[in-house]
Amino acid sequence: MVMRKSWWKIVTIILLLYVVIGGLLMDVPRLNILNETIRALYFHVPMWFGMIIMLGIAVYHSIKYLKNPSAERDIKALEFVNVGVLFGVLGIVTGMFWAQFTWGEWWSGDPKQNASAIGLLIYFAYFVLRGSLEDDEQKARISAVYNIFAFCALIPLLFILPRLTDSLHPGNGGNPGFNAYDLDSKLRLVFYPAVIAWTFLGIWIATLRIRIKTLQNVLDQ
Amino acid sequence: MRKFLIIGFLFLTIIVNGQDKIKIEESDYANQQVEMADVMRDNGKIYVVVGVVTVILVVLLGYLITVDRKVTRLEKRLETSDKNHSA
Repeated sequence: MVMRKSWWKIVTIILLLYVVIGGLLMDVPRLNILNETIRALYFHVPMWFGMIIMLGIAVYHSIKYLKNPSAERDIKALEFVNVGVLFGVLGIVTGMFWAQFTWGEWWSGDPKQNASAIGLLIYFAYFVLRGSLEDDEQKARISAVYNIFAFCALIPLLFILPRLTDSLHPGNGGNPGFNAYDLDSKLRLVFYPAVIAWTFLGIWIATLRIRIKTLQNVLDQ
Repeated sequence: MRKFLIIGFLFLTIIVNGQDKIKIEESDYANQQVEMADVMRDNGKIYVVVGVVTVILVVLLGYLITVDRKVTRLEKRLETSDKNHSA
């Protein structure tokens, strides 16, 4: 199964090392306000890409579960949500840290900040929902439905709402100081591998958790 | 007629322009007015930063690999014991 193959894990390791070392040492544009923090681009933004991909895979498994219920599908959906939410929390925390030193405050009420916080809260509710249901089948079915809803809420929150109004985030509304940070080819050299590396890392962690849960289930029988 | 008009107007939105993006120029890599970590690069201390982060990354990745191997071993044990029991 894909989960046991090693090639993509080796790619992950190599790319992560490249992103960390190259990300810190390679040339970056010297821009006002950002200074060296522009390097956070290689870490903060891939967290969000990773989160969307993880949650997207989770939704796929949830839909598959509803068509053809099985405990394995439910485990897969759950674990991908786990890693997706982990990436989301990391994204928000690193974003707050970055914001404090560039935008001047930990939380600016920026639409994307608010929307991502709301999105994460919706996913926290997914875990509360699972915890509140006793029967396994019911738990799996109801949380699969909720998962689909949560993802459908997340997309407009993160990608549509922030663009409709003024935002500090690059690519949304805009603040002149930040528009200068349009992705150029030198940044892309590390940024694209970073997205791949962090996403693969998320998949690695998720598949490990799935395998461990599966083993636990078999042993519990 | 109305549908045609609506779609026509929607196509007009292609020419909308919000903020103009400011392109990153070559000069953005060379200017000296913006403060960067040049001192750290000059005295080699930047490598301490790189070293610290790399060590943390390598150790965490090593842990991931260890867990992965352990899980594979357990799965294989389960497979062989399944074969033995159903044989």
